[in-house]
Amino acid sequence: MSKAEIEMPPKGGFSFDLCKRNEMLAAKGLKQPSFLKTGTTIVGLIFKDGVILGADTRATAGPIVADKNCEKIHYMAPNIYCCGAGTAADTEAVTDMVSSQLKLHRYHAGRESRVVTALSLLKSHLFSYQGHVSAALVLGGVDVTGPHLHTIYPHGSTDTLPYATMGSGSLAAMAVFESKYREGLSRDEGVKLVAEAICSGIFNDLGSGSNVDICVITAGKSRVPKKPFVAKPSYLYQREGLFIFKKDRGVADKDCTIERDG
Amino acid sequence: MTKQQANWSPYDNNGGTCVAVAGTDYCVIAADTRMSSGYNILTRDYSKIIQLADKSVLASSGFQADVRALQKVLAAKHLQYQHQHNKQMSCPAMAQLLSNTLYYKRFFPYYAFNVLGGLDHEGKGCVFTYDAVGSYERVGYSSQGSGSTLITPFLDNQLKSPSPLLLPARDAVTPLSESEAIDLVKTCFASATERDIYTGDKLEILVLNASGIRREYMELRKD
Repeated sequence: MSKAEIEMPPKGGFSFDLCKRNEMLAAKGLKQPSFLKTGTTIVGLIFKDGVILGADTRATAGPIVADKNCEKIHYMAPNIYCCGAGTAADTEAVTDMVSSQLKLHRYHAGRESRVVTALSLLKSHLFSYQGHVSAALVLGGVDVTGPHLHTIYPHGSTDTLPYATMGSGSLAAMAVFESKYREGLSRDEGVKLVAEAICSGIFNDLGSGSNVDICVITAGKSRVPKKPFVAKPSYLYQREGLFIFKKDRGVADKDCTIERDG
Repeated sequence: MTKQQANWSPYDNNGGTCVAVAGTDYCVIAADTRMSSGYNILTRDYSKIIQLADKSVLASSGFQADVRALQKVLAAKHLQYQHQHNKQMSCPAMAQLLSNTLYYKRFFPYYAFNVLGGLDHEGKGCVFTYDAVGSYERVGYSSQGSGSTLITPFLDNQLKSPSPLLLPARDAVTPLSESEAIDLVKTCFASATERDIYTGDKLEILVLNASGIRREYMELRKD
């Protein structure tokens, strides 16, 4: 019996060769670099004429806010949008990829994309990566079959729901939905409820913050309300005048005097 | 066989940031009032500052249960001192007491990151900064807690005195006026609140000077 290993052709997907090395380094005390996670509160609900999606705008890297105003509602098709929570790079990459696939499919099929198409493409991609692509999504849209709202989990499972929340602030947002949601909401009522749910996440979850982004999708058109929502109250300490920043502040000169202007 | 790790920790971090700035005849001590655990907010209105003596104020961030216990121990020790010596403890004396109290629990530390502020014997502002086990130093300003990495570089730029290795020894206190120092501290917290998720809600500021002690509050972002 030959002990020589057969050369396998390189497969796609992730290579886990360095995992053992990482484990060894972690055991020795090396801190792993943190991923940019979106902390996040994302929601979606179905109202009388379509779907409303909402999201906060804070991106965190550990305890630090990396981006105070990032966009978490991603375009998939003119009639389909997707909110993403989890690792920012993963949500961006997976929604961009499926958006491109949908476009090609539209050229091929000659008709408007359906939400279930996006759903199937996303879930099969996430399942094949066995949860390593850390993207938790709220997918919503209106197509010829009507309004649809789905949640997609990192491992590839999906739910079809009338109202949904994901992310670290999902419990805070769901508390609002569970007490105030009803079927057949009007557009204004729906937008108000989504804003309330996101604000609940913003103020009660430390991983979510800053502003509220909302996207309303109806048969025919999807649009963003003209006035962007800002989570209130937000205090920005205003002071008159600027601070003077001197260069070489840390260097000690022979004759060291502290100079100040004004 | 690899060493067995504990799957329960006696500590938790309740977040928050503390800052103190010493001036020629005043001392400003400030801390936010948010208490959190993980991604949750436990309360928006928790004071991390305690006045231990008429010229010593302690601000502590970290694990608030340990902070509370530490404050009780210090208050008790201070009361005993007053009974024995018929006077209040001075700030430098309190600083030493705090250091000793922390080191006493060297092998099961208080998870408390302390900043002690007050007025010394001459009435000049003094700030003492500590680590979790009692190592301390008198400085002109200090920041501890979750937002300290954001605030300290800014204070270094605005307040850093010339090298302490220079002779004659220069005062560590800042030549800024009291209102300018308060303005500086407010700016620090407004900025730290933007970028640190554990800092926010409300800012509590205590100002110690010759005429006594004054408390001020400022609203911060609540998200």
